[in-house]
Amino acid sequence: MKVVVCVKQIPDPADPGALDPETKTLKRDSKLILDESDSYGVEMALQLVDAAGDGEVHLVSMAPNNEVSGLRTALAMGAASATIVSDEALQGSDALGTAKVLAAAIARQEPDLVLAATESSDGYTGTVPAQIAELLGLPSVTFAKSVAVDGGAAKVQRQTEAGYDEVECPLPALVSVTAGVVEPRYPSFKGIMAAKSKPVDELDLGALGIDASQVGWAGGGQEIVSIEAAPAREAGEVIEDEGDAHERIVAFLDDLKVL
Amino acid sequence: MGLDKIWVFGEVAGDDVASITLEMLAAARSLADTVEVFMAGDGDDYAEQLGEHGAETVYSTGDLEGGLQGVAVASAVAAAIASGDVEAPDAFLLGTTQDGRDVAGRLSVKLDTSVITNVVALEVDDTLIGSEPVFGGTVDVKTKNTSGKPGIFLVRPKSFEAAGVGGAEADTEDLEVPDLGTVGAAKVVNSHAEESDGPKLDEAAIVVSGGRGLGAPEAYVMVDDLAKAVGGAPGASRAIVDAGWVPYSYQVGQTGKVVKPTVYIAAGISGATQHLVGMKGSKNIIAINKDPEAPIFAVADLGIVGDVHKVMPKLIEALQSR
Repeated sequence: MKVVVCVKQIPDPADPGALDPETKTLKRDSKLILDESDSYGVEMALQLVDAAGDGEVHLVSMAPNNEVSGLRTALAMGAASATIVSDEALQGSDALGTAKVLAAAIARQEPDLVLAATESSDGYTGTVPAQIAELLGLPSVTFAKSVAVDGGAAKVQRQTEAGYDEVECPLPALVSVTAGVVEPRYPSFKGIMAAKSKPVDELDLGALGIDASQVGWAGGGQEIVSIEAAPAREAGEVIEDEGDAHERIVAFLDDLKVL
Repeated sequence: MGLDKIWVFGEVAGDDVASITLEMLAAARSLADTVEVFMAGDGDDYAEQLGEHGAETVYSTGDLEGGLQGVAVASAVAAAIASGDVEAPDAFLLGTTQDGRDVAGRLSVKLDTSVITNVVALEVDDTLIGSEPVFGGTVDVKTKNTSGKPGIFLVRPKSFEAAGVGGAEADTEDLEVPDLGTVGAAKVVNSHAEESDGPKLDEAAIVVSGGRGLGAPEAYVMVDDLAKAVGGAPGASRAIVDAGWVPYSYQVGQTGKVVKPTVYIAAGISGATQHLVGMKGSKNIIAINKDPEAPIFAVADLGIVGDVHKVMPKLIEALQSR
């Protein structure tokens, strides 16, 4: 079974970043890391291939300047190989432009199963998985909290507003997984060393047969018209608990007459 | 000047129209002359409630026989527009929900138009503009649809106030789902609802949420007890939902529920961006956390720097004895 996992490499969330007022895009001047949300898809893929008894996990990512530092983390976890798509024309791509690029790169792999996170930790549009599925003509099950493959079909528990649905879907298919679907492994030292020599295919738009007018700012169909600081919430009172903080909370609730 | 026509994606919760749908109808009414709903299932069952909230027409697909909404609804809408059976709206509004995101993603490919996501406010300047808070709500970004095609907007719950306007029952029209082939092969074989006692998380006047600072799953009982003592609903940060302490239906945040209660009590929650965007709209925020540097204190009206294991039991006892 061949599983392709979509992987995003993002600026470290611990360093919150900023929007560049000139380009209106996220400043990406620091080293990129593997989006934690994607580590669940990578782990899920490794476990499904293990359970199937044969196959491999391939990663697909899009980032500026053939950045692979985040991909190496996923390769160190156990993925066999990766595709990285970089092209200057991709700057400013919206979710649909991103999906077009990823879908073209995934199609070359002819996977049985495509996994993605439900949303990235930086852009969190949450639409790319469904867009990729539509572009590839695949059925999709999004928001999976559990995934198993049995007899050529994916069996998925899909989160709903009310609880969850059990969904069955023949392969090939796309499944988007929530954080917590599995516990991601830490890369071993051996894995980290092995990752350095794993094949990473570097592609540009020409290699994927995508016209630059379809992606980036040119293909976006949306324009940022303003970036403004939001009105800040007024900071309140912060006190140290001296053993009687609960009394302050009760008094606070009494003042609001909510009890 | 407003738009001519907006389509709102209709969703159902239990036997009623979901509140996110009614909220979007309220927004759409102020932005366009004509507001219509498109949805999966049988529109006749909801035509009265949707009409009351200002929808003139409800387009519905009928029973999907276990098929997921995303591919079916998007295919039906695209086919209806392509055939000329219906005139395309100027914009589509969908809720930031599982099915809303699926429909939006699929539809954006079919119409080759971009999706503007995480919208909390809308305005019209020739075309529709959506406002999205980024960096934990410290920056507002306004994005305009410039595609020359209908824009697709994913709207966050609780961004607008639902209000009935006494409209007449909406007309109902069929939205035929074309043959989907293998793309529509995913089928729901069983549904599970996670019911809880007490007020619903997104409707309660008081919400008590717990996070990683509770230390262990057993400690979550303090959150439950406090919620019960104040007649509120228990919630959770993504960290402890991911860790499996409580079900996803408890989650407050970017993913999960958006809550705006009168009082929000955060116990052992550091205040990651993911969480803050789901509760920052609360009228009053009380935070209990060991770490004085925790970001949650920047939004708290009353911040207690202390151990939840010491503060919570005394607080619960004080409230229970009243």
